[in-house]
Amino acid sequence: MSRGTLIDLLYLVAALTFILALKGLGSPKRARLGNVVAAAGMLLAIVATFFNRVDGHSLHHVPLILLGMAVGLVVAVPTARFVQMTAMPQLVAIFNGVGGGAACLVSLTEFIHIKSTKPATYVVLEVLLGVLIGTVSFSGSAIAFAKLQELMTGRPITYAGQQVINALVGLAALAVIVIALVTSSTALLWVLLAVAFVLGIAFVLPIGGADVPVLISLLNSFTGLAVAASGFTLGSNLLIVAGTLVGASGTLLTMLMSKAMGRSLPNILFSAFGSVVTAGTGPGAEQRTVRSGSPEDVAVMLGFASRVVFIPGYGLAVAQAQNVLRELAEILEKKGVEVFYAIHPVAGRMPGHMNVLLAEANVPYDDLIEMDEANSELESADVAIVVGANDTVNPAAVNDPGSPIYGMPIIHADAAENVIFMKRSMRPGFAGIDNELLYSPKTTLVFGDAKDTLTKIVAAVKAS
Amino acid sequence: MTNVLLQYATVFVLSVFVGIEIISKVPSILHTPLMSGSNAIHGVILVGSMLILGAANTNAEEVLGFLAVILATLNVVGGFVVTDRMLEMFKPRTPRAKPGDKAEASDGAKGADS
Repeated sequence: MSRGTLIDLLYLVAALTFILALKGLGSPKRARLGNVVAAAGMLLAIVATFFNRVDGHSLHHVPLILLGMAVGLVVAVPTARFVQMTAMPQLVAIFNGVGGGAACLVSLTEFIHIKSTKPATYVVLEVLLGVLIGTVSFSGSAIAFAKLQELMTGRPITYAGQQVINALVGLAALAVIVIALVTSSTALLWVLLAVAFVLGIAFVLPIGGADVPVLISLLNSFTGLAVAASGFTLGSNLLIVAGTLVGASGTLLTMLMSKAMGRSLPNILFSAFGSVVTAGTGPGAEQRTVRSGSPEDVAVMLGFASRVVFIPGYGLAVAQAQNVLRELAEILEKKGVEVFYAIHPVAGRMPGHMNVLLAEANVPYDDLIEMDEANSELESADVAIVVGANDTVNPAAVNDPGSPIYGMPIIHADAAENVIFMKRSMRPGFAGIDNELLYSPKTTLVFGDAKDTLTKIVAAVKAS
Repeated sequence: MTNVLLQYATVFVLSVFVGIEIISKVPSILHTPLMSGSNAIHGVILVGSMLILGAANTNAEEVLGFLAVILATLNVVGGFVVTDRMLEMFKPRTPRAKPGDKAEASDGAKGADS
């Protein structure tokens, strides 16, 4: 077997491990193994590449390649290891963005390399698409990162004529591609790079709040497609397979996420959701009466309960109260109370994010139940405790056709006998909408930091 | 259209279907690790980055290729490490019944009325 064939065979093995990894992610038991298998496959592909040949010679600049890898390693490992779990969405955004940037650079550099050979039109098209998609993913992810990291406002940024301007930038990108194909001009590649950079920013600016995670998922699939495009240019099946797998899965995941929010993808991407609504919930809403209680009141209520449902949201993680919540659950279980956690698919800031945050606090995943099951269980629950969640339990999604979240599936906390709502203030949630459930006669509000409140409840329950 | 292009297109189309088929079976609790895991997988662009830097003839190519290798390494290493960190935290409860039997199992064990 020739060296080239052997390397291609190893690439095939690597592609296979990627497919197996994605399949492994289908079950919590096999997911971690799947990830390790993919990492091993990746390592195999990288090592094999050192022995690959380009333009009939073995790889030049090997020390430079190793140096680049060392720089990447030194930066990536500590970042990935030590960043807080709550910061996961922006971390995924930034790792995705650099991937898009790399894909763009690969297409660009390959074009510089082969341009003297007068490449066929379809090759130029592949390069242009790789540059366009990779750059949009790069600059878009950078803005998404800035929004989530609160380097800039997380709210949608809108201005007059925005959609027209965005459409024009998009059309400009297409026009540059067409002209570049017809004239085979290299200079236009740099123009495309600039236009695509602006397009990524313009595209992401009007998307804010709870929609940013959906956006990241979409940008993830963009990077996949950019990688596939460079795969076409370089003639690498491995890049095509891996990039396309991610492109397809990312698109599907994006649609699942939109569905969980009861909205269509175009609506999320182009409607600047929440910008008007925030202004609408003014002081009028805050003058309505709510019933508030102390942690001790809650402990008494829990003393009479036989079935308690926790409905956690991102606020729980902000307060770093996951461990106290688990402690409360364990104490209640010892007292014979049935406890489980109702998880909304978009609780936290990414789908499944809440599961990660609770897993970090050693909550066994069998205790986490998904929305549909939770809703049938809630009808027989004595107490529903909402901690740091808001939009995911807002009945306006069911009752108020005028509400921007109308149609989003929610956890029906209001179906339980009593609802306890832990909040820092009367401020509306991530989506910026007022919540009718706060004013329900069933509801007891406990104001204050979720961690403090829960700690007090734990003490009161222990004492009783 | 050349035969080579057709071969790549075939691989592309089949990969689309494999990607969709595999992902549609992932439960929503694993969506975040899935996003992060697939993020690591497109880090395979590192292989492409190595090839272009390995083939570089001019200074421009060397600079761009070197940058590509750094960015791609960030993507691949960061992606896998973060995903592993998330997944290592998913732990099942020590021996217990299947999630489906949960209600009956805990009722039986603890007594429904307390």
